[in-house]
Amino acid sequence: MPDFEQPTGRSGLSRLRWAIWIVVGVAALVGLAILYDRARPLSDPASGYANAFGGPFTLTAPDGSTVTEKTLAGKPYAIFFGFTRCPDVCPTSLARMTRLRKQLGADGMKFNIIFVSVDPGHDKPADLGNYVALFGTPIMGLTGTEAQLAQIKKGYGVYSAKVPQPGGDYTIDHTAAITLMTAKGAFSGTIDHQESDTVALEKLKRLIA
Amino acid sequence: MTIRNLPLSALGALTLFATTAALAHDYKVGSLSIEHPWSRETAVGQKVGGGFMTITNKGSREDRLLSGTSPVAAEVQLHTMSMDGGIMRMRQVEGGIAVPAKGKLELKPGGYHIMFMGLKRPLKQGERLPVTLRFQRAGSVTVQVAVQPVGSAGLMEGGHAGL
Repeated sequence: MPDFEQPTGRSGLSRLRWAIWIVVGVAALVGLAILYDRARPLSDPASGYANAFGGPFTLTAPDGSTVTEKTLAGKPYAIFFGFTRCPDVCPTSLARMTRLRKQLGADGMKFNIIFVSVDPGHDKPADLGNYVALFGTPIMGLTGTEAQLAQIKKGYGVYSAKVPQPGGDYTIDHTAAITLMTAKGAFSGTIDHQESDTVALEKLKRLIA
Repeated sequence: MTIRNLPLSALGALTLFATTAALAHDYKVGSLSIEHPWSRETAVGQKVGGGFMTITNKGSREDRLLSGTSPVAAEVQLHTMSMDGGIMRMRQVEGGIAVPAKGKLELKPGGYHIMFMGLKRPLKQGERLPVTLRFQRAGSVTVQVAVQPVGSAGLMEGGHAGL
């Protein structure tokens, strides 16, 4: 029995060594591939927008004009998704961006603030214009068709879903983070609703630097 | 908002002090007192708005806020909201909200609130809206909801941020 078991044990061990080397090799290749992918500029037109954060979109402004990623190019922007019936996170976030912009002084206008309503059923473009006007600073209020919104939500990694309410109406669950985008339309960072204004200001300064 | 944001919220509240201190107001019904009902201004075309207040129960029995009505809205609903993994969720509350015995119920941003559904006109900064609240034990009481700027986080009185 020992004569039989020992050689098998040895060859089993060497097979295990080979297996480990193969796993390490594959992991290294995957790692290199990820690094290579990350190193590519996100908005490089040559690489196409397919894998980039953000990417193309088409929405409607309060005056009925069309706004795309090209309209926004050339100036960094802070973009937030919500709806005007949102009880708290939306007005609080927009009021906060207004406050942060004021704290930046003259630099405050070096980025655009964009509010996208994911509730086209309740929020018409003109309604959004009236809503953003409450905040007393220029904010672009945009919305679109369900298909247009699906495109931008996918590009910006935003979740939103209609939730039916007892009275037959509905409310909307949605991602509450503010996303910061560079003048070239590349991802720069996010501002979380729980972050301090100090941290948020640093992020904005970096964005407009 | 969290504790980390408190100093800045307090700062924001301070800037509102001049307008809101004059609006601080209380109401009583049975063993309940209702402090500083407030709401945010709304835009033309905006059909919904939230309302906030603190309800204190001095009694030894639990009460429940069951419903509300207001001439400015088709309906006043009870709602709650929560943050769940970065996602904001709002839900209508059915069956009322408890006002604990010897305790209080806070209707505030980030949690329970009343919701004006089907607003008949925009809510304007500085005005007061009559809202009748119905409680299981204490009965009904009409309070005047103070309409504040859209960026308000709470009402302030006596140096405390009303968060």
